[in-house]
Amino acid sequence: MNDAERVFDDRTPGVEEHEHTGNYLTYTVGLGLAILATIGSFVVSQTGLLWPPGIPVGLLVLAIAQIGVHLVFFLYLGSGSDNTNNILALAFGVLIVFLVIGGSIWIMANLNENMMPMDQMQMRQ
Amino acid sequence: MSTATIDTRPAAVPATVVRGRGGGGPAPKRTVVAYGFWIFILSDMIVFAGLFAAYAVLAGHAAGGPTGAELFNLRNVFIETMCLLLSSYTCGLGALCAERRQPARFVVFAALTFGLGAAFLVIECTEFAGMVARGAGPARSAFLSSFFTLVGTHGAHVTSGMIWLVYLVAQVVVKGLRPAVLRRLLCWSLFWHALDIVWVGVLTLVYLMGVA
Repeated sequence: MNDAERVFDDRTPGVEEHEHTGNYLTYTVGLGLAILATIGSFVVSQTGLLWPPGIPVGLLVLAIAQIGVHLVFFLYLGSGSDNTNNILALAFGVLIVFLVIGGSIWIMANLNENMMPMDQMQMRQ
Repeated sequence: MSTATIDTRPAAVPATVVRGRGGGGPAPKRTVVAYGFWIFILSDMIVFAGLFAAYAVLAGHAAGGPTGAELFNLRNVFIETMCLLLSSYTCGLGALCAERRQPARFVVFAALTFGLGAAFLVIECTEFAGMVARGAGPARSAFLSSFFTLVGTHGAHVTSGMIWLVYLVAQVVVKGLRPAVLRRLLCWSLFWHALDIVWVGVLTLVYLMGVA
């Protein structure tokens, strides 16, 4: 296969574009950023750095940032047009994941709200 | 058979527009294999989403038993997280050495990855055994059932990833870094990186939010 044909290749998931010239730097930068995000999460949860009711939001933001770091630096899922297939599949997966988790929490919270409190239920018996 | 090949590529479309949408005809086998495995990983993520949803709904239902704040040891969790992060790093470096056809270096990085994964599993199993010994086993409450299911499923994935790695190292040693072996290695490294992403969710939702 010559270079003119290679241009039309789809991007392989998990591989840097020119894998033979891929370098240690990308992984090292990714590791550094991931460690920073992890330490940040521990600091946020264990110290009074954030306003207490904001801690879950802060943890969520750091988790999403770290997942982004993993996707970009370890799995090489950038925004290039050659990555369209991989990103579309990922986007669909993320949609389903959010529907399952968000939908479950939403529905169960509503169910709990509409249930008769346990003590009243026992009084009726 | 005619020797003339049919060019299905649209001639007027610039290469940058065609890339990534199958415009160039069949992709190389390596790309197809990795894409198929990527779809598998995403479906595995949906399995984990179900377990995460169950945990999120049941986390508050300790049934008078021990809660996360009483059970979790964040120092151990931090060590576990670092083990997994570093194993993802050594996995990536190992994959890089394999691409560069450096089997000896690959084996070294694979051994490091295996060791870090094993350290993670030892800490996790110790934690589980300690909880069961304290009477906080999976049968104690809905919270603990969903905890053991979610974290245990992740641990089972790590275990199967390590078994798979041993099998791949044997293939590299016996068969060498030929294209088929490289494709399997690529799938394995996707799997291992994906486990690290799941762990970010476990760390945040289960441990850090459970203790806070």
